[in-house]
Amino acid sequence: MSAVVIVGAGPAGIRAAQTLAAHGLRPCLVDEAQQGGGQVYRRAPGNFQRPANQLYGFEARKAQAVHQTLDAMSAQIDYRPDTLVWNAEDGHLHTLSQQRVGTVQYDRLLIATGATDRILPVPGWTLPGVYSLGAAQIALKAQGCAIGEQVVFAGSGPLLYLVAYQYAKAGARVLAVLDSSPFGAQVAALPRLLLQPATLAKGLYYRAWLTAHGIAVHQGATLVEVVGEQKVEAVHWQRAGSRHSLACDGLAFAHALRSETQLADLLGCQFSWSPLNRAWLPSRDQAGRSSVPGVYLAGDGAGIMGADAAEMAGERAALALLEDMGITIDRVRGTQLERQLARIQGFRAGLEAAFPFPEQWASQAPDDLMLCRCEEISVGEVRQVVAQGHTDINRVKAHCRVGMGRCQGRMCGSAAVEIIAQAAACPPQQVGRLRAQAPIKPLPFGVEVQP
Amino acid sequence: MSRVAETDVIIIGGGIVGASAALMLALRGQRVVLLERDFCGSRSSGVNYGGVRRQGRSLVQLPLSQRAHELWSDLPGLIGIDGEYVRSGHLKLARSDADMAKLQAWADAAADFDLGVELLDHGQLRQRFAWVGDVAVGASLCSGDGHANPRLVSPAFAAAARRAGARIVEQVQALAFDHDGQAFEVSCSNGERLRAPWLLNCAGAWANHIAEQFGEHVPMTSGHPAMLVTEPLPVVMDVSTGVEGGGIYARQVARGNCVLGGGQGFALDPLRARPGQLATLDILRNAVELYPFLHGAQAIRTWSGTEGYLPDREPVIGHSQAQPGLIHAFGFAGAGFQIGPAVGEALSQLIVEGRSRAPIDAFSIQRFSPLELHKGRSLS
Repeated sequence: MSAVVIVGAGPAGIRAAQTLAAHGLRPCLVDEAQQGGGQVYRRAPGNFQRPANQLYGFEARKAQAVHQTLDAMSAQIDYRPDTLVWNAEDGHLHTLSQQRVGTVQYDRLLIATGATDRILPVPGWTLPGVYSLGAAQIALKAQGCAIGEQVVFAGSGPLLYLVAYQYAKAGARVLAVLDSSPFGAQVAALPRLLLQPATLAKGLYYRAWLTAHGIAVHQGATLVEVVGEQKVEAVHWQRAGSRHSLACDGLAFAHALRSETQLADLLGCQFSWSPLNRAWLPSRDQAGRSSVPGVYLAGDGAGIMGADAAEMAGERAALALLEDMGITIDRVRGTQLERQLARIQGFRAGLEAAFPFPEQWASQAPDDLMLCRCEEISVGEVRQVVAQGHTDINRVKAHCRVGMGRCQGRMCGSAAVEIIAQAAACPPQQVGRLRAQAPIKPLPFGVEVQP
Repeated sequence: MSRVAETDVIIIGGGIVGASAALMLALRGQRVVLLERDFCGSRSSGVNYGGVRRQGRSLVQLPLSQRAHELWSDLPGLIGIDGEYVRSGHLKLARSDADMAKLQAWADAAADFDLGVELLDHGQLRQRFAWVGDVAVGASLCSGDGHANPRLVSPAFAAAARRAGARIVEQVQALAFDHDGQAFEVSCSNGERLRAPWLLNCAGAWANHIAEQFGEHVPMTSGHPAMLVTEPLPVVMDVSTGVEGGGIYARQVARGNCVLGGGQGFALDPLRARPGQLATLDILRNAVELYPFLHGAQAIRTWSGTEGYLPDREPVIGHSQAQPGLIHAFGFAGAGFQIGPAVGEALSQLIVEGRSRAPIDAFSIQRFSPLELHKGRSLS
């Protein structure tokens, strides 16, 4: 029997596994986390007692459905939690689990590796007390704790309002939401946002709820600086030319999400530029087939579309995989999923218009701003390398170490692209993309090999 | 029809050898065009381990290597940056008495070169380098050797050559070579044609393809060293290290990251290589025996490159046997970084002075010609 492996047990990976199992396959589902659900439906440790509606709000039903789907499949799939895929070569995934390395052979592979926050640094962003929006949400969901007692949320994207809302609901004091996108952009984006009225309504609800509870929501507000001696003490922000200061002990910020594409890159998938994601992404057909035969892509790891789309894309890619194996599938279902995904894609374009990328960020970034925290590389150092004539991001990396550290550019890569593009006065796609190099995440000396 | 640009020397390959040759020739008033199909110093010259060592080289390489040692001593004067070059010393470890005897034999044989090699027994090794694992029974220390950052040094040679007046053309490939009896004509992928009486083949692991264009066959194969680097660690290693008989080599940079190499990766395609999971895991498992302080440290990145190897592991340096005006310099068997600047200088001397000041006869391509092999001449 041919070996089918899914990497990532978020909404995409779980729905893919369910679809494959329903067609009689026994897929192997490999996931880095201890419990399935992905980041969006991340589960609290077993001994935590908070109910799902508190953890996931409006999404509680979806979260529970995804979790139950996974739990119910335990006999039908080979589920391997707590297993990091650190490399892929020659039809095998190489894994790390509990300090032991192992190998998973595959004939077909479905990649559902998800996303992380897209970070655009500001001075002071490495102070303790500063988190990404996603990390702030995980602290709340998985650890049941807040990042501070008086918290500011900044950046843009739907997660901004959601996390602020979740914090306020959980009892944290949310001082302000600083949304970099102007109000006008959101109004202009309304027609496309109405493609998903329920999602739009939720977004509006979060905002309205925050306002109704006396939480300041500032639009067109730029986070300028985080200040503090040992930890965050205040944030400086500005709007329409006037500067403001706000004392706080926690800040969460991000500008939407970025896809985790290293595995697809190691596998040799072709990439193409996505203006919507402002990133190079592995190319795929509407069903989720990558350019490499037998390798399929689904979920936010292949382009940010959110959790609902991830479930559909996981199912759609699994159907494509089955079809390519010669197994009969419900083609109508496939077409239906593709149509739904196209609609969400339209909504996603609306979201991008509503929460536009802050194009001015790079030109406003001061030279002494630390861009790459692992290697401690400043914006100015990157600009210097560009001034020497290097514009390819891998060459810039070779010359000044930006993106060369522990995170391998997963945190700083997007921002580095923007700085290089601004310094070189070229569009970001011309800067190229950081080549993925194993290990996808750090690998310790002294590892044991699975017998 | 495109115009033909006349020059004195065309160099193929912007690695450390080609770029050094461009620099040395430009400094001596020659007009130089260097063609690099990628970026200068982006291949093996830029992604190698970064060892700058004389210790362990074959005796025939030592004159060039010694000259290189002098050139490295004023790197900022030569290329404008220090390239993180440190004369930390190079410590070659022995894991058995037999290996220790080999280290001793090399030190004796190289005695004339005055490299200042010091043999350390187990006690001395423990006393001087307490961080070395007990598996080492002794070592040989060459304190003038060291290490540098190849990502910075190799491109800087090309940048210095450009400042000296050489024309450095990146992301352009030499597509076709002609010689009309007077001069070479090279057609480039950007449509340009170059004409010069001298052609330097410094194309690294791909140089055999250029030699073949002139009917010269060399039995070169490719090697792909597996390399990895750790997160920054407390600074422990105060020398660059290697192991007699091969195995893992390691150094620590000022920032604290340890760079380790060992074993072979694989070619992804003719241009790219990866270290591979086998070699990577071998390093992660075996390095702690030699360097116990690494236990539990994290490797954050792996990489490889493509290096040219000839059967005797010596390079080809010198005139082509098939085409007057063509000079080769390639096949450094993974050990070209230290010696590279002196090879570039020797190539410039061949052109400007008619001969290299350091002896290079042992590296002639003639040793691979069918005639020579037919005579059964020993290659060593």
